[in-house]
Formats: sequence, structure tokens, C-alpha cells
Amino acid sequence: MANKTAAVAAPTNKKSWTSYIGEYGAFIALVFLVVVISVVSPEFRTAGNFLNLLRQATFNGLIAFGMTCVILSDGIDLSVGSTLALSAVISAKLIMQGVPAILAMIIALISGTLLGVVSVLLVTKGRLQPFIATLITMTAYRGLALILTDGKPISNIAKSIGDRPNQFAFKLVGKGNFCNIPIPAILLIFALIVFYFVLNKTTFGRKVYATGSNSKCAKLVGVNITKTKVIVYAISGFMSALTGLILISRLDSAQPTLGDGYELDAIAAVALGGTSMSGGRGKITGTIAGVLIISVLNNGMNLLEVSTYYQDVIKAVVILVAVLSDRKR
Amino acid sequence: MKIEMKGINKAFGSNQVLKDAGFVLEDGEVHALMGENGAGKSTLMKILTGVYTRDAGTVIVDGKEVIYKSPQEAEKAGIVFIYQELNVLFDLTVEENLFMGKEITKGFGICDKKAMRKKAQEAMDKMGVKIPINAVMSDLSVGQQQMVEICKALMVDAKVLIMDEPTAALTQSETEGLFKLIKSLRKKGVSIVYISHRMEEIFELCDRITILRDGTYVGTEKIKDINMDDIVRMMIGREIGERFPARDAKIGKEMLRVEGLTKGKTFKDVNFSVKAGEVLGVSGLMGAGRTEIMHAIFGNLPFESGKIFIEGKEVTIKNAREAINAGIGFITEDRKTEGLLLEKSISENIALANLGKFSDKSVVKKSKVDELVKKGIDEFHIKCFGPDHECNNLSGGNQQKVVFAKWVYTEPKILILDEPTRGVDIGAKKEIYSVINDLAAKGVAIILVSSELPEVLGMSDRIMVVHEGKITGIIDAKDADQEKVMTLATGGTL
Repeated sequence: MANKTAAVAAPTNKKSWTSYIGEYGAFIALVFLVVVISVVSPEFRTAGNFLNLLRQATFNGLIAFGMTCVILSDGIDLSVGSTLALSAVISAKLIMQGVPAILAMIIALISGTLLGVVSVLLVTKGRLQPFIATLITMTAYRGLALILTDGKPISNIAKSIGDRPNQFAFKLVGKGNFCNIPIPAILLIFALIVFYFVLNKTTFGRKVYATGSNSKCAKLVGVNITKTKVIVYAISGFMSALTGLILISRLDSAQPTLGDGYELDAIAAVALGGTSMSGGRGKITGTIAGVLIISVLNNGMNLLEVSTYYQDVIKAVVILVAVLSDRKR
Repeated sequence: MKIEMKGINKAFGSNQVLKDAGFVLEDGEVHALMGENGAGKSTLMKILTGVYTRDAGTVIVDGKEVIYKSPQEAEKAGIVFIYQELNVLFDLTVEENLFMGKEITKGFGICDKKAMRKKAQEAMDKMGVKIPINAVMSDLSVGQQQMVEICKALMVDAKVLIMDEPTAALTQSETEGLFKLIKSLRKKGVSIVYISHRMEEIFELCDRITILRDGTYVGTEKIKDINMDDIVRMMIGREIGERFPARDAKIGKEMLRVEGLTKGKTFKDVNFSVKAGEVLGVSGLMGAGRTEIMHAIFGNLPFESGKIFIEGKEVTIKNAREAINAGIGFITEDRKTEGLLLEKSISENIALANLGKFSDKSVVKKSKVDELVKKGIDEFHIKCFGPDHECNNLSGGNQQKVVFAKWVYTEPKILILDEPTRGVDIGAKKEIYSVINDLAAKGVAIILVSSELPEVLGMSDRIMVVHEGKITGIIDAKDADQEKVMTLATGGTL
């Protein structure tokens, strides 16, 4: 009998072409950019440049993946750049003091994770807004990095490592290649696969989306909101520390000012990828598109010798256009 | 003001929402607009007030054909729509809300606070409502916020007020206050269009009723010439039969017992039990502590003292996860903020409550989810295009069915229902009653919290009444009537 009340036609599942643009907007923009810059700059379309571009994308990419999780859970992490610097400085200091590099690098990853946890404790226990909480830790971590280094860069790290295997490991992270592909790029692709899997296929992924979508409702069906948030910020801290290790390996030097402003590039990439800033909606595939758009733009504008003054303005316009076209209709 | 709407058509894309709809509103009457969810009541009113444009049809106001292009234009003409989701700025004061967009200034955009305060106070006095005009909106109760909305409408000299389910979130006494106000407005010649699902209110308040079905005009009657069955028949186009379907459930052993549950002034020394296959109705005025007691049992609200027993064994439940594991399900009163992830699909909502069942070592098995969700859509008659249908685009009744499906599949032994039929049309209501009966027949112990007395009386085996956090009585449904329950609910004794 109940079925008979269904006189009103059920809505149909037709998607308009505009909604496809909304869904894949970032990829369309990326392809468009690549095509245009390829035509204008022959240098851009060489294999060497593409690998270079991919390596450059790694720094923002790894951080942006962590940031995507945080934003999906209705948070924000401004402390990523400072976390990167502090954990990098910690590992560099330890290495200079003779701690085996592999151990020092593991300690850096653990520190990054813990620094993320500190941020989130301010949110869950301290009941601060994520923006304020991470603004505080961002400032504090940067200060600590400056104190630890006395404001000076720690240089020639690789040389100070005595034994071969440890020196090799330290260099490998940032400068190594595997089958001609830079290790950082491999890390980026590996991380993309892991994040895709976790967000789309696991119960934890569902909990992240649910927390960002409606935490009250999620809590009432038994999702541990606090735990979910802690893990998400821990992931963000870990990814920042990992990026820090790649950076100091490449530069062979750890500066306390490392990663300054990285949080904004990461947030821009996440927004470009179509993730909602209020959580619950978004995709990791969108974020990688966003990361690549920013990298392609930077790389392309450098090759085309666009004045750095204009570069930022052009970047802003591209972000604006992409985000506008990505709006829900 | 007399309004005549004729032959109104409106389609959203391929979805024809209104088809030859209309009604006539006389001067100074309270006119009920009824129909199932999706019948087109709100759409018709939004066309009248210029929120939507119409595809065809005419609107005649006081003999002149009009087309309002925006709600502001309609407001200028004296027609104001008070939405169900109130349109207030929660962080601002009452007075700021009243004058939003039409501030009195001393020129150069400088606000004349004094004049506005005076005028606001006058308007409040005229309505006979005591709300401090410098209070911040979010500190007021929903009923008071609504009064402010009405006040805002009266300040622009509204001749027609359209109210969409105004009592959905009001307490008993607030409802009475609203009714008094509506009646006094009618005396002053203000016409009111009253949209509601609550039959009792329609009969108490309205002069005439117009019924819409599937976007089409069905008929208009004088309230005194019509009864509830007629209205239901007109609304759904056929006999619905018994309002409350019969239940065939065997009452078994005790499933849940609560002893001495206490939390400060919120609730005190709460004792009751529910048996397998039994429906325990919980009645009481809004704010009596019913919802809080349920949240406490579910581990979502810490309490000071008291014991909870499930199947005779004492349990401590600290959070929702533990409650679910202990076999309790909880359909909360506010499905929009607590019951559903609105922007997510049916599938994701059902899966979230059942992640354990659907996953293997934390990896979600999509095929298992799809299988169960498809079964759920069939079993609960959820009208949708499939498991991926976003919950936002479902009607209230169908949203509630999703909430039911999600909880039923956690296989609870005890199911708490807090206002399960609020904002749900009569057809879907009956389906929900059938689900409750089926669950009881399967041996689930059910606690039904409801503000609708007929529902509690019609569906329960026993009725527990709460007044100011205390249980004032538990009576057999056989012996209960509206009067007895109300006596207990207001603190009296039988």
C-alpha cells in the first residue's frame, strides 16, 4: 500500500554537463594550462622538465594531502610550514651531534606527528577554533626552530655523516633516483595512492568525511570524533615532517625559516581541487590536480620569464577562476 | 486583503511541482493549507511571495492581477512569508533584527538607535509580547524568535501572514501563546495562511482549509463542515484506514531498566523499564527533560547517579559506540542536525552507522554496502533514484525512513525514538508506525518519545509522563486518555 502513495515522480539521476565540469574542473584547468604552456614554450614539454616539475610539486603535494584530510574533517592546519621547519631542524641537529641519520630522520617524522597532535589537542581539549589553535602552534613552532638553531642555518649535513649507509639514506630522500625518476616524485605518487585508498576505501576515511559533514550526527552513530580529528592532524604533521626531510636532503642544509608560507600553497591547492572549506566534501584527486596546477604555473611562468611581480597576480587569477568554476550549481 | 491564485503551474527542470494549483484567501481569515510533503504547499506560497516565478496561472490581489518579482515587493504589498527555518540573525539583538535593512537613520547612514528602540518596543507592546528588545537572538527560545519574526512582519504592516509549520519547534505554552496572537491578529483583519501537518491545530485555529495533492488543487472546505477522515482522504486520494495500524507483538522479558537516573535539575530519580516487544510512550511538555533522559541512556550526556540495566545486567555506557554495542539504537529528534549527513548519499548514511558490518580489517566492502542499502530502500519504501541519492533532496518523510533504515540495520535490541514523525506527512507517518510495529513484533523494546498526544496514545503499550525532569506517572495505554496524560504532564496527579 505504501508504494501507491508514490505518485510524485522520483527525481532522476541525470547529471548535466555543467556538473561534470564542476567535478573535474581542476583537471580540465590543468590540461588546458599544460597545453597552452607547451605550445608557447618548447622547453616546457621536455621530459627533463616534467620530472623537474614533478619534483617541485612534491613539497606542496605531500603537505596538501595532509591538509586535505584536515579540511575534510572541518579543520585547518596553518602550522604545516612551521612543523616542517621544526622537525627538519631537530633531525639536522641530531645528525650534527652524531646520531645516526636514519634514526634522526625517524625521530623527525615522530616529532612532526606529535607536533600535529599538540595542535589538535588545543582544538579538542582546549576547545579553540582550528584556525586559532594552529595559528598559535604555527607561531610557537617557528619560534622554537629559531631558538634551536640560534637563527642560523645548519649546513653541510651530509658531509658530517660518518658512515656510508646513513649518508646514503639521507641523500636518497631528496636527491635519489629510481629508474631515472626522482625519489621525491615516487614518494608523491605513493602517498597519493595511500591517501586515495584511505579516504575512499576505509572506515577511517568515511569517518573523516562524516566528521566534517555533520559531527553531531557522526558522534551519535558511534564515530569517535576526537580520535578522528587527532589522527587527521597527526597525519598532517607527519606529512610536513616528511616534506622537511626531503627539503634538507636536497638543500643539504636546514634553515629555521624553511617552509615559510607553505600552508597557503597547500590550502590553495586543496581549494583548487574543489574541497569544501567547511569540510565533508572533496577529493584527494582534486588536490593533486590543484598541486599540479600551481606547479605548472610556477614552472611555466619561470620558463617564459614572466616577472615575479606578475607571477603572484596571475596565480591569484587562476585560483579565482578555478574556484569559481568549481562552485556547486 | 483578498488573494486569489488560479491555475498555477510550476516545474523545476523535468519535475512538475504545481499543476493547476490555487486557492482563495478571504479577508481576515485563518486559512489552512494542507497536503502531504511534496504536495506543493510551500512552492505555491513561494510563488505568491515572489520567491519563485510561475510558469502559468494568475494571482489576483484585491481584484488586481499582480506579479511580485521578489519577496521585498510582496512585503511592500503587505504579504509576508514566515519560513519554517526562521530567517533571523542569531548574533544580533532583537531590535537589530527588527530593523535589518530598514534602519532608521539620522542621515549619512548613522543609526538612530533611540528611535529604533522606541519603535521596536511599541511594536512588541502592541503584540502583547514581552521580549527584551536588546536581547541577543540566540539567547531566545525558538518560540520567542518566531514572535520576533511575526513582529517584524507586523511592523511593515503585513495584511497577509504565511506561516509554514510554525509550531514544529515550539513548546506547549509557546504554541498557546502563538495561537492567542494569531486569533487576535485575525480580529484585526490580518489574514493568515497556516501550513501544518497537525490536524488538532487546524481544527482549533482555522476557518477554512484548502488541500493540495501532487501539486494540484483538490478542494476548499469550511473547517466546521469537515472532519479529519475527510481531510486525510482528500490529501492522499484514498482511504488510509486506521490512523494507527494494529500491532501483533508478544511482550517478553525485560530489556532495559533504569534506576534512579539523576542529573541535577535536568532529570531526577528516573525509574522505568521496557520489555521486549513493548512500546513505551514517553510524554511530557517540551523541555521537561525527556530528550535529555534518552541522551543519558545512550551515553551522550553524562549523569550524576543512577544505574542502567540491559537484559538484567548492569552496564556503564560512556559514548554512543558503547551504546550501539550494548544493543541500543537512537533516532534523535532533529534529523537535520543530528540524524543525517544531509549532503551525503543514502548509502553513506546507512553505511556510517554500520561500518563494522561492512568492513574487513577497516577496509569498507562497497558491494556489501550496496546490497544492504538497496534492500533498505525497498524495505522502507524510500522514494529516491538509488543508493547515491543525496539526502538533502529527499522529502522529510523519506529522510526519516533513511534514519530508520540506518538504525534498524544496527540490529538494536532497544530502540529509542525521539519525535520520529515530526515534520512527516500522514502517509509516511503511517509507514513509520508500521515499521515500529514490525520491530516490536521482532522483539525489539521501543521507547517512543513524542509531543503528539494522539500518537503516544495510539502507539504505546504503556505511557510514561515526564514533568520538570521527574516521572509523574506510568500508565497503561488502555486506561490513558488525553486528559490524564496532560494532567500528569503539567505536574498534576490523577
